[in-house]
Amino acid sequence: MSEDEDGGGGSAKSRGGGGAPPPFSDQVLEIVLENVLQFLSSRRDRNAASLVCRSWYRAEAQTRRELFIGNCYAVSPRRATERFRRIRAVVLKGKPRFADFGLVPINWGAHFHPWVSAMAAAYPWLEKLCLKRMSLTDGDLSLLAHSFPNFKELSLICCEGFSTAGLAVIAEKCRHLRVLDLIEDYLEDDEDEMVDWISRFPETTTCLESLGFDCVGSAVNFEALEALVTRSPALRRLRVNHHVSVDQLHRLMARAPQLTHLGTGSFGSAAAAIPQGGNNVVDLMSTFAGSKSLVCLSGFRDVAPQYLPAIHPVCANLTSLNFSYAEVSAEELIPVIRHCHNLQIFWVLDTVRDEGLQAVAATCKDLRELRVFPLDPTEDSEGSVSDVGLIAISEGCRKLRSILYFCQQMTNMAVVTMSKNCQDLVVFRLCIMGRRRPDHVTGEPMDEGFGAIVMNCKKLRRLAVSGLLTDKAFAYIGKYGKLVRTLSVAFAGNTDLALTYVLEGCTKLQKLEIRDSPFGDSALLAGLHHYYNMRFLWMSSCKLSVRGCMEVAQRLPHLVVEVIRERDEDDDHEAVEKLYMYRSLAGPRNDAPPFVEIL
Amino acid sequence: MEGGGSYESGDLDNLKATELRLGLPGTDEPEKLPSMLPRSSKRAILEANESQSKRNPSEIKSLEEDQKPAAKAQIVGWPPIRSYRKNSYQAMKMEAETTGMYVKVSMDGAPYLRKIDLKVYEGYKELREALEDMFKCFSLGEISRMDESNVHEYAITYEDKDGDWMLVGDVPWEMFLSSCKRMRIMKGSEAKGLGSIP
Repeated sequence: MSEDEDGGGGSAKSRGGGGAPPPFSDQVLEIVLENVLQFLSSRRDRNAASLVCRSWYRAEAQTRRELFIGNCYAVSPRRATERFRRIRAVVLKGKPRFADFGLVPINWGAHFHPWVSAMAAAYPWLEKLCLKRMSLTDGDLSLLAHSFPNFKELSLICCEGFSTAGLAVIAEKCRHLRVLDLIEDYLEDDEDEMVDWISRFPETTTCLESLGFDCVGSAVNFEALEALVTRSPALRRLRVNHHVSVDQLHRLMARAPQLTHLGTGSFGSAAAAIPQGGNNVVDLMSTFAGSKSLVCLSGFRDVAPQYLPAIHPVCANLTSLNFSYAEVSAEELIPVIRHCHNLQIFWVLDTVRDEGLQAVAATCKDLRELRVFPLDPTEDSEGSVSDVGLIAISEGCRKLRSILYFCQQMTNMAVVTMSKNCQDLVVFRLCIMGRRRPDHVTGEPMDEGFGAIVMNCKKLRRLAVSGLLTDKAFAYIGKYGKLVRTLSVAFAGNTDLALTYVLEGCTKLQKLEIRDSPFGDSALLAGLHHYYNMRFLWMSSCKLSVRGCMEVAQRLPHLVVEVIRERDEDDDHEAVEKLYMYRSLAGPRNDAPPFVEIL
Repeated sequence: MEGGGSYESGDLDNLKATELRLGLPGTDEPEKLPSMLPRSSKRAILEANESQSKRNPSEIKSLEEDQKPAAKAQIVGWPPIRSYRKNSYQAMKMEAETTGMYVKVSMDGAPYLRKIDLKVYEGYKELREALEDMFKCFSLGEISRMDESNVHEYAITYEDKDGDWMLVGDVPWEMFLSSCKRMRIMKGSEAKGLGSIP
């Protein structure tokens, strides 16, 4: 019943403890089975095992240690905790991904509270928690800190609602904390009410292995941070925020030469002045040279280019480099990147231009993941990277598996070239920022390019399309995208046929998010056979009506169909501005805000 | 339509009048709302600084057209960049845009000086090209000629904080930015002794 990719657990009825206990021989068998099943780690395998028979179902439920809930509204906390009694680690995901781009109103939901309350009672031995796009309060964090004496790892990704006060309680009460990773969260922090949470870690030696707070907007007490790093001998991953200057970073690194992952904070001086006689750069460089274990660098929030050479000593060891907040030119990138022979993951700003990408292609033969972000993320900005950069990457980095590429102009030829050169592609996300923009050389739609991607990249699981696209592109996707699980569509397609092709063709489709595309009710109804196999469908600013959505809701009772209305749309009650629907065993949620109507 | 004819004089005051921002006309302080940054103001200043003889009707028109899309409302959530990242980038851009670094540039033989914003350029190459553009109307010769002989007619020099005249290109760009007080494009014969230009 936990959300899983192939919907295997969806049909299992709840058997939590109802009925007479099984005969003795069966109990022995189950114990034997448990001893075997405890080694099963893949949740897909576990879901399959649980369907064999009741005995296996029970044994599996008793031995599952990690609970994955892909949609917090797909199952109720009580149902999950009643079936799985011995969970040590939970992954919980909430809002739909388009919430990251402001398409989901605040207070929509994904509250952590009911989950932490249920888990506090059911899982006293909980050790690990990973939340993504959840809404949680300081009170929830406090409950967490007080309920799980053995708590070890907390990862919060794209969450909101809590503040440094909540972090302080975690630091103080979770004595076995090994991991505290805050990734792109939005902290509610009033300037006057910030709490010195770093000082609240216990004074004794800690078992911290990973501490990441680069998204925390407020400065931390540096002396306390330095002291904390000093008394954390197990620390391997440290990611500081932009308030930490390069001089401070230098001191931290001296305390922790064993680091493997480093988020460098600002990597510039507060004064933005040149260093005294360049000595600082030399000192910094020797400190980096001493950090022989560094494999991952990020941060560089206010990078002063004269400090960049300091990282040269570690470049050859780097497998991951994140320059996506560093305004670095090609000239500044090249001396760094040409040392990075082992780089597998590279995130960068488009300020490096096609020239910079060519340098990447020339050196980083092992590259698996590339993300190129736009410094000026508007439709009419001057594009800094183009089809030229994409082709270069495709020719140099043949092992590429994942790419996210923002640009202003692209050609079919470049995309086709990539499809042929990079056969290992699993994730292809191309964002041509100008809406409905065609191939800038031929003036044609981008159909052929994306068609080639789904045709040639046989391992493709995730696809995001953009540019001018006709129904033809979607015909290709439906025909060839047999492994595609996640599809993102914006400002594309001509008619309902496009969506119909996808819903009928992409048999493994799990997550479909569409905005501003001319798809209506008849296309929506074309997917009735498949919606129970999906985690969710999001459609906004399309051509849906209440009638169509209502029909889906009636025909599929286990689907929760949410219509989100932000304004008082007195002009058109029939039109559905935002649709979010997902399979669920829990039925309509009871925490829906007024602007959400559940059909 | 905003932007009409206001670039003829190349005057920064007129540029300001066409700047898109919130607030009543006549208020000086542009509101620093992240979602309403004056679009490509950097580029507009750069173009306004260019030599007057380059100004022609088709160019004015293209500047006007550049202004037009800014009036189009920004679509919510497009391009799809997480707000956390978007806000960080906007903070970075605002920091860069608010502090201009204007220095005077003189060229031996030219009748008057120019002023440029060093922050606008990414590095020495762009700076050289911009200076070339700016001064070529005076038909004094090429500033940076790519010769095998490495002999150039002119040398680009700058006066640093200590009052010394240095050859442009020796120190890292950032260091140059913080120490350059003004620039002089001097005749090659005078530049002897300053070393060869990279």
